[in-house]
Amino acid sequence: MTTQTAPQATEAAPRPAAIASALASGTRPRRPGALSESLTFGWRALLKIKHSPEQLLDVTLSPVLMVLLFTYLFGGAIAGSVDNYIAYLGPGVLVQSVLIISMYTGATLREDIDKGVFDRFRALPIWRPSALVGMLLGDTVRYTIAAAVTAVACVIVGWRPEGGVAGIAAGTVVMLVFAFALSWIWTSIAMLVSSQRALMGIAWIAVMPLVFGSNIFVEPSTMPGWLQGWVDVNPVSHAVTAVRALMNGADVGTELVWVAGWSAVLVAVFGSLTMWRYRDPR
Amino acid sequence: MADLAIETDGLVKVYGSTRALDGIDLAIPRGGVHGFLGPNGAGKTTAIRILATLIRPDAGTARVLGRDVVHRAHEVRSLVSLTGQFASVDEDLTGRENLRLIAKLYGYGGASATRRADELLEAFGLADAAVKQVKNYSGGMRRRMDIAASLVATPEVLFLDEPTTGLDPRSRNEVWDIVRTLVAHGTTVMLTTQYLDEADQLADRISVIDHGRIIAEGTPTALKASVGAGSLHVRVMHRDERDAARAILARELGVEVTEASDPQALVAALDDRDRVTRAITALEEARIDLAQLSLGQPTLDEVFLALTGHAAEPGDDAEEAA
Repeated sequence: MTTQTAPQATEAAPRPAAIASALASGTRPRRPGALSESLTFGWRALLKIKHSPEQLLDVTLSPVLMVLLFTYLFGGAIAGSVDNYIAYLGPGVLVQSVLIISMYTGATLREDIDKGVFDRFRALPIWRPSALVGMLLGDTVRYTIAAAVTAVACVIVGWRPEGGVAGIAAGTVVMLVFAFALSWIWTSIAMLVSSQRALMGIAWIAVMPLVFGSNIFVEPSTMPGWLQGWVDVNPVSHAVTAVRALMNGADVGTELVWVAGWSAVLVAVFGSLTMWRYRDPR
Repeated sequence: MADLAIETDGLVKVYGSTRALDGIDLAIPRGGVHGFLGPNGAGKTTAIRILATLIRPDAGTARVLGRDVVHRAHEVRSLVSLTGQFASVDEDLTGRENLRLIAKLYGYGGASATRRADELLEAFGLADAAVKQVKNYSGGMRRRMDIAASLVATPEVLFLDEPTTGLDPRSRNEVWDIVRTLVAHGTTVMLTTQYLDEADQLADRISVIDHGRIIAEGTPTALKASVGAGSLHVRVMHRDERDAARAILARELGVEVTEASDPQALVAALDDRDRVTRAITALEEARIDLAQLSLGQPTLDEVFLALTGHAAEPGDDAEEAA
């Protein structure tokens, strides 16, 4: 930050003649499609990571801490040994780390709205959801990094996924699709509340029952009946079961249908809520 | 109908218990600059946001270039651009990245998006800062960036929300030159401002807005004439001559002359500038020496006082949150 040492040349002035010619040549090309517009916004999300790579720190560090905490602290108590537990826990923690990171999508959106950048995007003649869809697509890059780091940590601890590369790839895709769908919850909260602080407060309250009221950490069979009822319908449980089966080479059964169904419902409900508020946000 | 750039009928927007807009009727022809003049919280930003399709009116209708802003919003968006009062580009990205982003969203391909970005950076004197993040720009550069971003695809109507608030005089003049270039090109510009001199410099017509209502409309000249011709400030060389000077000025100007707290100074609100020359000649003939003499433009405060009976004071901040 020593930009002030040398006497800077005086700022260049705008040139009216050049502006006039730029105006004359500003004819509009053909409108791009919805996908192309969304990908452009995804590119924007990646540019932001490029300019401040430190935002990947939470993505990479917190899942590793989670893995270490749960395997070594609770592994013995829950499953008798660390080795037994990591195969169960590994895929669950992958999903959990991605879900918690996905909350920051809402925070980023709220920041964009508060700063005013979204006014520019909303005033453009583009497919309306593209700014949000693109933001979520860009975030899948962060999710993938988080999942990769978590997976490596699990392997170091002793996880040997039996699904092989194909199983891990399939599990990762399921996880990314589910995280994309679930992120619409955070975008809709971002549209409803007036500050980033309120958003994160509500998001944490919402994410607790989703993450801990699930089969991420323990088999639901030891839980009281009412809690088992919730765990069974919790979409996160279905996602975790599917990812676990794919990565550990087990039979995935009908879980993929459940995950697809839940993802469609989440996008339909929270996507619509988000876009309804997007028309006229406060 | 189609030759109007902007047409509104009974536009209302309510935030909680505040009527940010309380029945706005506008008929703005194509071409030139239309100024929206008023204090903070008067409803200027709310009106411009409705016209740029960012928010929906609670009642009334608005058409931009003949298209309804609610029912044909997408068409309106493809014809207009908005440069907001606050951040309207991404501060984390560089100038070139911001313009390429918008160019791509308008359908420019990779290479032509970069060409378009560089053409605008060059024209706006930002070529040297192309690879700097916008958050490191000066206020003036920042504003030029905001405007350049609105011109990636040349709009037919450009909305500028307080384009020079917070700028130094040089940057303000640069923005004014940019607006004049736009108008020469045929773009209709609608700008909001708190400054009468800015509206005076740029606008062909002005709407004065207060508490969500338009309280006066007309050319800058007509508007100023309606509130008098400004004020005359006189400072006599010797303070014992002030009473004599006051009597002469009151007689020649035909208005009340008040004594300022400075024991040598006098102030008169004028209703006819032509009589000033005669008054000064009369002072000279009476051999009253003047230390200082100045003729002031009517200020926004005076316009407001004359039009509303109250001074231009900031309203509540309801529209800031919008």
